Amino acid sequence: MDLKFKNKKVSGILTILPKRVVTFEEEMVNYNFPEKKSLRLKKVMGYNTHRVAAEGQCSSDFCIAGLQYLFDNDLLDKDEIDAMLFVSQSPDYYMPPTSNLIQGHFGMKNDIICLDINQGCAGFEIGLVQAFMLLEQESVHKVVLMNADVLSPKVSIHDRNSKPLIGDAASITIIENGNNNEEILCSVNMDGTGALAINIPAGGFRTPASEETAVMHEDEAGNSRSLNNLVMQGDDVFNFVQREVPPMIDHLLERANMSVDDIDWFMFHQPNKFMLNKLADAIGVPYEKMPSNIVENFGNASGVTVPTTISYNLGERLEKESFKMCMAGFGVGLTWSSVLMKMGYLKFNKIIEF
Amino acid sequence: MKERIVGILTELRPEFDFTEEVNFIEEGMLDSFDIVSLVDELETNFNVKIDGVDIIPENFSSIDSIEALLKKNGMA
Repeated sequence: MDLKFKNKKVSGILTILPKRVVTFEEEMVNYNFPEKKSLRLKKVMGYNTHRVAAEGQCSSDFCIAGLQYLFDNDLLDKDEIDAMLFVSQSPDYYMPPTSNLIQGHFGMKNDIICLDINQGCAGFEIGLVQAFMLLEQESVHKVVLMNADVLSPKVSIHDRNSKPLIGDAASITIIENGNNNEEILCSVNMDGTGALAINIPAGGFRTPASEETAVMHEDEAGNSRSLNNLVMQGDDVFNFVQREVPPMIDHLLERANMSVDDIDWFMFHQPNKFMLNKLADAIGVPYEKMPSNIVENFGNASGVTVPTTISYNLGERLEKESFKMCMAGFGVGLTWSSVLMKMGYLKFNKIIEF
Repeated sequence: MKERIVGILTELRPEFDFTEEVNFIEEGMLDSFDIVSLVDELETNFNVKIDGVDIIPENFSSIDSIEALLKKNGMA
């Protein structure tokens, strides 16, 4: 679906990372594969270190830490927030919404919209689109988009498909009305027929977690996991991304009457270096315009990867400069989404640890 | 070219005989991560770029299919 907005801007991005660093080599001993094979995979996929939350730390804890940082440093006024979006697949509870918990924690005003959205890899773009739509309302002037996921406890330590790449993190993005007339072009796409390509089979209402669902099973490739663990059909996801994402970006550029050369940065979701390089090749983007250095440094934290890519690779530059940016997310859902907009002169664009 | 492909496959999975006329995928001789590593090795050794949409199991099921894949992606 093609969407278009005007007079909206991103005014700040903060990424919050766990302090704990885990290396590929530390975890490699848990995999049922020869060391040489695992190390070859490390090189090709770009695995190295990832950030993992401490035991007991939830997604909301990272959001609260980030918001507290912004309030303490006068980068955000809590009374100005009209909507709080929490995009995650790891809420604190089935009920209530985590966004309400965060609003309550800070004693924010009551005439506010708190909304939890269950999205993952495309969660930043989906969250931006939702924020833009809210800002069309006269009473909404400032939206806080929180992307957060702490999924590492759901990944088996014996699953080489997923364990080396999953990271925990959160990001806070401020979206507000702008005064420029420049168009923001978005694309949102869903295919629920592939919904279970990335899933956690047990633990919801369909299959409650039990002793039976906690039993470990080995798959054909030698990975062990239970039904309580995240499972990813890597081949299917890879093929879906290579098939759907390049035409989506081509169409977005066509709508903008632009070419790859007109775009300064392609800030994409960060599943692994191999997949990103293949996407860059297919779209015709030079690798230096599409950073792929997040999985190797921090891991893939679902919808947090795009803001992390922006914070890590541009940092203070985005506080002093402006760039034409194409952002894209793709994965769980299956969902693929993109946003093309001018971004710059942010009030803040940085990474903190919690 | 076939010999070089067999050499790369053997380096990747030395426990299997890739000169046998069997389906490498169906026989479990290559898993998805082997394919990723194989693509990396093929691109380096043959100086080609394999299109992402071509990285599907059936294109790695035999020496002939791998050879066809390389030719499709620019190998003279």
